[in-house]
This record gives sequence, C-alpha cells and structure tokens, in this order.
Amino acid sequence: MVILIVLGLPLLGALLLALFGPHRYAAELNIGISFASLIAVVFLVLRVLRHGPMLVLHDQFFVDSFNVFLVALTAFVGFTTALFSRPYMRIEEQRGHLNAARLRLYHSMYQVFMAAMFLALLTNNMGLLWVAMEAATLSTVLLVSLYRTRASLEAAWKYFILCGVGIAQALFGTILLYLAAEHVLGHEGMTALLWTHLNAVKGQLEPRVLGLAFVFLLVGYGTKVGLVPLHNWLPDAHAEGPTPVSAVLSGLLLNVALYAVIRCKILVEGSIGSYLPGRMLMGFGLLSAVLGAFFLWRQRDIKRLFGYSSIEHMGIITFAFGLGGPIANFAALLHMTVHSLTKSSIFFTAGHASQTADTQQMDGIRGLVSISPTVGWGLMLGSLAILGMPPFGVFASEFLILTTAMREHPWTTPFLLIALGVAFAAIFRKVQPMVFGESDAPPLPHSPALVPVFIHLAIVLMLGVYIPFVLAEWYRAAALLIGG
Amino acid sequence: MHPSYMVTEVLNLLAASLLLISFAMLSRRRTQRLITLFAWQGLVLFASTLLVAYSSGLRELYYSAALTLLLKVIALPWILQRLIHRLGVQWDSETLVNIPTTMLVGLGLVIFAFGLAQPISRMATTITRNTIGIALAVIFLAFLMMITRRKAVTQVIGFLAMENGLFFAATSATYGMPMVIELGIALDLLIGFFILGIFFFQIREQFDSLDLSNMEALKED
Repeated sequence: MVILIVLGLPLLGALLLALFGPHRYAAELNIGISFASLIAVVFLVLRVLRHGPMLVLHDQFFVDSFNVFLVALTAFVGFTTALFSRPYMRIEEQRGHLNAARLRLYHSMYQVFMAAMFLALLTNNMGLLWVAMEAATLSTVLLVSLYRTRASLEAAWKYFILCGVGIAQALFGTILLYLAAEHVLGHEGMTALLWTHLNAVKGQLEPRVLGLAFVFLLVGYGTKVGLVPLHNWLPDAHAEGPTPVSAVLSGLLLNVALYAVIRCKILVEGSIGSYLPGRMLMGFGLLSAVLGAFFLWRQRDIKRLFGYSSIEHMGIITFAFGLGGPIANFAALLHMTVHSLTKSSIFFTAGHASQTADTQQMDGIRGLVSISPTVGWGLMLGSLAILGMPPFGVFASEFLILTTAMREHPWTTPFLLIALGVAFAAIFRKVQPMVFGESDAPPLPHSPALVPVFIHLAIVLMLGVYIPFVLAEWYRAAALLIGG
Repeated sequence: MHPSYMVTEVLNLLAASLLLISFAMLSRRRTQRLITLFAWQGLVLFASTLLVAYSSGLRELYYSAALTLLLKVIALPWILQRLIHRLGVQWDSETLVNIPTTMLVGLGLVIFAFGLAQPISRMATTITRNTIGIALAVIFLAFLMMITRRKAVTQVIGFLAMENGLFFAATSATYGMPMVIELGIALDLLIGFFILGIFFFQIREQFDSLDLSNMEALKED
C-alpha cells in the first residue's frame, strides 16, 4: 500500500503541475509534492525496519536492503533539489531564459522523472525495470532541452539517441534473460521476470544465454551509468540542461542505472558461477575512473567539469562492485550514497555560481566568497568532499575500496591512485580561483536556497565518521546479497 | 506436407524478407522511400507474429500482433508521413558515403549475428528459433543505419527499425514478453516518438535544417 502511494504521489503531482502549471505557486507545489513523497518513503522505510524486507502485490514490487536506502536517498535528494530549484528557476525566468510554459513542462517532467525512478527501484520485474529506465530517459530528454538553445538541443538529441540505442541493447538482454528464465519458471503468468524468483533459481539458468544477456545489459544500462566509452552523452546533458536537472541526473539517475546493472550481475554471477561479470565491471570501472579523471583537465565549463567527475566516481563505484566481497560492496554502496549527496550539493552551488557570474565558463567565475559566502564556501567544501578529503564520507569509501583493491588485485592500485590524484589536482586547481579572489559581480536577485547544500554536506561528513547502525546493517545485508 | 512444416517455411520466408528490407533501408537515399520500407517491415512483422500466434495458440500473441499492426504499420508511418510533409523534407536525399562498403559491413554484421545467435537458438523451444539470428541481424543493421546517416528523420527511422528487430527477437525466442511489459514498451516507444517529432521542429527552428552535421558545437576540444 505504502509502495503504491510512493509511486502514485509523483505521478499525481505531475498531473497537477501540468494542469495548474503557469501558477504563481507551481514551484511551491513541486516542493510540497516532493516533501509528501519523502514522508511516504519515510513510512515505507519504517515499515521495512519493523517488518523486514517486503514483497507485495503478487510479488511485483519489493523492498530489500539493497533498494531501501536508494529509495530513501532518491526521495531525499528529490526533495532538496526541489527546494533548490525554486529560487534558481525563478532567477532563470527573470533573466528571460525560460517562460511560464517551459516552467510548467519542467515541473511536471521533474515529477514524472521521480516517479520513473521510484518505479525502477521498487519493481521486482526486470521488464518493468526496463520500462521505468526508458521512461526516466524520456522525461529527462525534455528537461535537458528545456532552454531550446542550439547547444541544449544538440545535447538532448545526443542523449536521446545514445541512451535510446543503449537501452535497446538492455531490452535485448532482458529478452535473453526471459528466454533463460522461461525454461525454469514457465511461460504462464508474470513470474518469469521477477527478480526474487530468478534469484531463487539462478543456479539453474542456462549460463551461456545469461552470459550473453549480461553483455547486452551491461552495455545498455552502462550507457546510462556513463561508463567510458559509452559516456559521450553525459557531460553535454549535464552542462546544457538546467542545473536542478544536472543535480538529479548525477545524484540519482546514475545510481539507479548502476542499481539495474548490479541486480543483473547478481543473477548472472549466480548462473555462470564465474567471476567474469565482476571482471567486466572492474574493467569498465577502472577505465571510466582513469579517463574520467584525465578529461577533467581539459574542461572549461563548470558543469561539464563536474559531469566528468561523476563519470570518474561512477567508475570507482562500478570497479568496487566488480571487486565484490563484503568490504568492497559495502564501500561501493556507501560511495553511491555520499557521491549522490555531495555531487548534487556541488551542482546546487555551481548553478548559483554561474548565475552570479552569468556564465558557465570557469574563467569568468571569480571571487565567489566575496559576493556570496555561502555559495563560495559551499562549492569549496563540496569540492573538498568529492575529492575525498578526510573526514568526509567519500574518503571513507574510497579508502575501503583502495585497500581492498590493494589486497585482492594489487595491479589496479596504481591506476586508482592516478585517477584520484589527477582528479584532485584538476578540480582543486580550477575551483580555488573561482572561490577566492576579487569580483565585482552583483549579488543574485533572489537569495539562493543553500540550506540543502549544507544539510547534504553535513550528512556526508557524518557518514565519514559514523555510519548509523541501521544504515550499516542495510549496507552489510546488501553487500552479502551482491556477493561476488 | 505437414502443416507445422508449412508454417515454419512461411515464417522463414517472412524472416528473410525482413532481412532484405533492412538491407534495402541501408541503401535508400530518400526519406519518403525509407518510411514506405519501414511500414513494410512492420507489415511483415505483423504477419509473422500472427502466424506464430496461430501455430502456438497463445492468445497474448494475437494481442501483440494487433498492437504491431496499429502502431507500426498504421500509426507510426502515418505520423512520420505527416511530419515530413509539414517539414517539407519528403524528397530530401542524403549523400551516402560508399553504399557498397556499407553493404559489405552489413554482410559482416549478419554473419556475426548468426554466430551470436547460435547458443540462443539451441536453447529456444519455439518453432521460430531459427530466425533469432535474423532478428539480431535486423537490430545490427538498423544500428549501422543510425551510424551512417546524418539526417534527424533517418536516424529516427533507424531507431524504430531497431525496435522492430527487438520485437521480432522477442517473438522468435520466447513467443513474446509478458503483455504488461510489451504494453509498457509500446507506450515508451510512442512517447519517445512524439518527443522526437517535437524535436524535429525545434531543431529546424534553431539550425534551419534537419541535417545533424550542423550539430558540432559540443565536441571535446
């Protein structure tokens, strides 16, 4: 029941926002709906805490330790991004980048996107997972092209075509999965694509078909994760879309896509009984981490810079899942959480920074601290957090990943260290002059909502020193489930 | 002749014509012709799904055949026609680089697809299992078409042709996915298609043409 509310609320919200779109309080309504979703998710989490994992509505939906914290994270970041987006989009409207009709589209699609992500996370059906991922792509395509400039249309087209092709590969993978499953679970009913059912019989699934399916699924969903060399769409979409969209793309969509990959990996690894899927994840992950870090050097646009940083971090997380085992998986799950929180807070500040300077080019952004101390320090702290400075949570997870890699696959350590070092040098060198120094830019017409930034960073800081028992238990249980 | 043997033969024939249409699409220059071919592809798909439905007696497959007819033979080609008329690009032709080379690459892809399909065919129990290789080949050829074309409309037709291949793969390997999933896929396809339709107009407004080679601003420097 709670699950249906979680899924239904954003859809209802999308409808309301589409109907009463050009209303003065549309942004407030958007916040309200996101808050209501968050409350519903809190109830869902409480139920899981009290009664354990649940499997409802003819087993079509489920909540286990792997997706429960992701659902909570999605609802939370969805809410804080809605808070941030109110003054941000108001400034954009005032500057004539947007009109009321586009804002209506924006608010409505924002909620559709949230609904699609909740559906992707909560569904137990691998087919529905695919449908939800595609729906998430479609809604964000409209969001990326919101400004209707040449660059944003180009970014949206690239995003649509690349992710469309990618997701078609994932569909073929899903068909193969169904083919293998049908032999064991039968054609009748809707059980043959249910993840929990498949997981119970994964040892009997035909290994060769599943191995092939995994290649397609990894390439398909991996495109959405932004794994190199399938990453081309990501920096463009992040740079050209409105900043709240960049924040939810980086903070939430990439996580959900990776979640889909890992769900598939659990099944395939159980079926073929070898480390091949893990090795593939390691390879893609390492490549993304290293190349993502090197690409950081060449960036001049602030949002592109952090888009590439997301590629690097998704690479590290994918690599950690590829390593497998309780510790690396634990670290990967932790990294998913802290990266999502940190990166969205960075985009919040980067968005206001580029509004203040009226450009996204980093050369034009100077002296943020002197104009708006909260924006400046927020960006500085966020960058330090994402670079893995202790005591932030990113440090803890990266440290765990690095030590596990050293023990299990020592040859990967230099690559990881290079990636982390290069990323540190690149980002620090570019952020430092933006934050400090002199500037004569006027302050923003609406005071930015930066409370979310500091809440996010505070949580990341807390996760660096102390992980609440409940969360650690979820991570541990999920790490066991993922295995490898 | 045994009736199920007959059905298999006809299905193989249909699958072969699907492959032929894919190759024809690779070599066509004019948008108008491509749409006609796409509609034909949908029709063949419809016929083969109907035949599989008849021979397997699965009711769900009749529904998905009907869905194919409605969506891929009637709705999408019709909307595409109207779109290109309104955009005035129906007789646009593309300068294709070296059709023979493209054809040869396509041939290689078909061989690769058949190799890849081997383990799947061995496992499938459907009467159409021999055609899985063709389904994969259709997917790859559509992919090739998307890579070689520079016009927005043609890329979209390639995208739709790829979806046709996927649908064919699903029917030939497993007698189709569960109905709810198939409806979801069809819905996604339709919405995606509408978004692209809107895009055409926005792109033309901004770039004065639907030629994607104008889109080169976002390159890594």
